[in-house]
Amino acid sequence: MNSTSTHFVPPRRVGIYEPVHQFGMWGESFKSNIGNGNMNTPNHIIIPNNQKLDNNLSEDTSHGTAGTPHMFDQEASTSRNPDKIQRRLAQNREAARKSRLRKKAYVQQLETSRLKLIQLEQELDRARQQGFYVGNGIDTNSLGFSETMNPGIAAFEMEYGHWVEEQNRQICELRTVLHGHINDIELRLLVENAMKHYFELFRMKSSAAKADVFFVMSGMWRTSAERFFLWIGGFRPSDLLKVLLPHFDILTDQQLLDVCNLKQSCQQAEDALTQGMEKLQHTLADCVAAGQLGEGSYIPQVNSAMERLEALVSFVNQADHLRHETLQQMYRILTTRQAARGLLALGEYFQRLRALSSSWATRHREPT
Amino acid sequence: MDKVMRMSSEKGVVIFTKSSCCLSYAVQVLFQDLGVNPKIHEIDKDPECREIEKALMRLGCSKPVPAVFIGGKLVGSTNEVMSMHLSSSLVPLVKPYLC
Repeated sequence: MNSTSTHFVPPRRVGIYEPVHQFGMWGESFKSNIGNGNMNTPNHIIIPNNQKLDNNLSEDTSHGTAGTPHMFDQEASTSRNPDKIQRRLAQNREAARKSRLRKKAYVQQLETSRLKLIQLEQELDRARQQGFYVGNGIDTNSLGFSETMNPGIAAFEMEYGHWVEEQNRQICELRTVLHGHINDIELRLLVENAMKHYFELFRMKSSAAKADVFFVMSGMWRTSAERFFLWIGGFRPSDLLKVLLPHFDILTDQQLLDVCNLKQSCQQAEDALTQGMEKLQHTLADCVAAGQLGEGSYIPQVNSAMERLEALVSFVNQADHLRHETLQQMYRILTTRQAARGLLALGEYFQRLRALSSSWATRHREPT
Repeated sequence: MDKVMRMSSEKGVVIFTKSSCCLSYAVQVLFQDLGVNPKIHEIDKDPECREIEKALMRLGCSKPVPAVFIGGKLVGSTNEVMSMHLSSSLVPLVKPYLC
């Protein structure tokens, strides 16, 4: 992967706080011990926030001794009293010493953060190369950082990154055990863990929806190919069944009947929610378009639309509930081994979608 | 509340909704899809809306709408209806009331 640009990670993501204002504190009043006051204006601590991150921290940070103009006045008032001068000098030395310590601590902090940043970038590159999901805020196609500034959403994105890692690990494990020998009890444990893992995602999404429902609705945390198939903030339950069903070997008559019923009821539930969503869209559009368009004032329309948006959170929750129930019913209908095979198939399907997104994103970068 | 009891038994399948609630509409659509013609009570159009809401909550609904009654008994809200439908227990319940 030929990624040549350094992605600028917004400071908040790695704990580097805006240091730009901090250098002012080194401009406080102290006098250099050299000569009779070297009144340089406070020098800038150069913060490498748009350079390529390499191992050379700018050496310009080592200066920064400064004084301020008003020192002249204080000097004048103590010129008659030698004790006062001594005390003043001692205070200055002390202040200078403290300032140097503070600066040292700050530079240490910067160094640590920089190293962490380099580490994160390396991890990201590695993950991208393997076709894994990489956080939206640092994605090359990012729409900007505004979405990741919401702490609830930032937390969700991080959690989701871990979720995908765990998902990939579980898929590997399932693949390994299904090709080998494993007893039903252990297999059942794996299957139940996999199910719990999906349910955990729905729980995470519920919190994220409360933080920013539009974010969840538009699938911003997902890769582009996954977003293409999006239905109310996630995959279509009926798609899930379509992906799974061809993978089951022998189904009993009862299983066939149950699966048939599940397909139908899942589709009906999905259609009902889709129509409910359409109604919400119409209602919202009417709200926003109400009154006079073109008059330039729209606060009441925006406010009434805001009230409607609460309903969107309910829809996201209902859609996830439907996904939850679909998975639950499949688990009930199938044997443990069939369920394991199904979960493996489903997991791999999403992996393929993510790999597709990756390939698509990098297709122009390959040398032709 | 007597009014709620009376309203919920008016027909085989009764749904309490609000005209602004799109999730209630989704539930309505589902029942229609199953071949049932439910009786819809838009409680926000009822002068006693607040009392009805309180009564529904007291009966055990986490949200006042949508509240689904089948055969005069409270089945629940959207969650319960969806779960029942996917586990194939909704269709047998509404069978006596198909159009």
